[in-house]
Amino acid sequence: MSEGVVWLTIFVLSVFVGIEVISKVSSTLHTPLMSGANAIHGIILLGAVIVTGTAESTLAIVVGLVAIVLAAINMVGGFVVTDRMLQMFGRRKPRPRDAERTEP
Amino acid sequence: MPTWVQLVYLGCAVCFILALKGLSGPRTARLGNLVGAGAAVVAVSVPFIYLDLDHVPLMLAAIALGSVVGLIGAQRVQMTQMPQMVALFNGVGGGAAALVALLELQHMGAATPAFDLVATAFTVVVGSVSFSGSAITFAKLQELMTSRPVLFPGLPVAFGGALLAAVALSVLVVLDASLALGVLLGLVGLGLGVLLVLPVGGADVPIVISLLNAFTGLSVAAGGYVLGNVVLLVAGTLVGAAGTFLTLLMAGAMGRSVANILFGALRGGSTLGAGEASDRPVRSAGPADIAILLAYAERVIVVPGYGLAVAQAQHTLRELVEVLLARGTKVDYAIHPVAGRMPGHMNVLLAEAQVPYEQLAEMDDINGDFKQTDVVLVVGANDVVNPAARTTPSAPIYGMPILDVDQARQVVFLKRSMRPGFAGIENELLFDPRTTLLFGDAKDTLGKLLAALKAV
Repeated sequence: MSEGVVWLTIFVLSVFVGIEVISKVSSTLHTPLMSGANAIHGIILLGAVIVTGTAESTLAIVVGLVAIVLAAINMVGGFVVTDRMLQMFGRRKPRPRDAERTEP
Repeated sequence: MPTWVQLVYLGCAVCFILALKGLSGPRTARLGNLVGAGAAVVAVSVPFIYLDLDHVPLMLAAIALGSVVGLIGAQRVQMTQMPQMVALFNGVGGGAAALVALLELQHMGAATPAFDLVATAFTVVVGSVSFSGSAITFAKLQELMTSRPVLFPGLPVAFGGALLAAVALSVLVVLDASLALGVLLGLVGLGLGVLLVLPVGGADVPIVISLLNAFTGLSVAAGGYVLGNVVLLVAGTLVGAAGTFLTLLMAGAMGRSVANILFGALRGGSTLGAGEASDRPVRSAGPADIAILLAYAERVIVVPGYGLAVAQAQHTLRELVEVLLARGTKVDYAIHPVAGRMPGHMNVLLAEAQVPYEQLAEMDDINGDFKQTDVVLVVGANDVVNPAARTTPSAPIYGMPILDVDQARQVVFLKRSMRPGFAGIENELLFDPRTTLLFGDAKDTLGKLLAALKAV
């Protein structure tokens, strides 16, 4: 298999995995889903580090550092904000009133 | 690339899939997100270990700076402002992808395979579109500019021209890779993003955020191909697929096509709506009357909307519902899929107020109940209960599935004023004889209602 075809295979399979996984997400969690997916593409930080770490001209270094800052904001902010949202779904401390509740 | 690095990257890619998979239930969601974050940290650390990188201190400082900015933003943002925040994070990600591709372009030349150049040009243009488009959606949601569609006479021509220029420049980049052409392509992409989002108005903006999220994902994936990095390819593709799927889902929840959302305003201007208050007579009442109405109802459904969240009244509403439940009334919250500013946004806002899950009913599950409901309490929602979605083909929300509030015996609207909602159209239900209005800030009126109800 040529290298191009390997990449294409990974790409196509990832599309299917993406759709398969997302279609299982309940609509209750669509906002955290959008934000979580957003955080994941912040992995471009990895690309930014690689290109900046091999940059030679001053301009390229500066541009690369800007890319790193932006990507880090995307990644760190995205994961933290998603966690903040999900934390609220998690906390289900029973309140005293819950016991009195009666279904008619 | 050493084998161990490739294996670590594979593991990280799997963790990203698990992160999204975790979101299939609230119980596993938080763990999934942490797994994703952990994988991201590992993946980013790897090149520092196996590559002999230059400028390491500078890069670490840049990562620290970005992390602090992201962290502070994420900690400070209010839950009501979540759509803006997502737009902003998405935009900077897109910008980063475009810059990375530009730097890659520097090393490319005649010897570079054509497909690499295509992928690079794609990343530059789509990343730029995502960056500027997200900036405009942010400005619209943050009300730095009007949230209504912005149109000017030459807009379709300008958009078409920018699109053609982007394609032409991409072809030129592939034929003769140069940084100057790449920069030009990026600038055209920025213009394209602005022109794409300007004509989108009001309630459609969040759908565009989701679409731009998918764009950033795809540009990251293309960047991964160029860099020969499997984590970027898989992660970007996952986000691209997820974003596209979610965009279609949201468009479906609003009964519209994505093309109509993006370009509808260009064709007809029907998404402009009225935007002005009506002076037709309505029936309004004070908190005491409404409290009596609620107190003697057997079945009550609460329809929360964005107005509730803006007034920070979700806690007071929960208390009110608890009092009703204690009296033996059957009460549920009816949640429209696009209540709030984003799909699922209302669930987040109510979760913040610690409303128990069991009381939250989704539209399809509860729509049949309205016929047997004594009182529906609509708090700060308008568009999602507007019967015009069924009856008025010219309305911008026509075709959107709505909550069938109009079938209930009594409807109470808690509203600040008669101004129309986010979609900018009047709600006929407000003038219905079965409807009572209670004017005022949601937190204030709910507080009074709560006090009155306790006194009944």
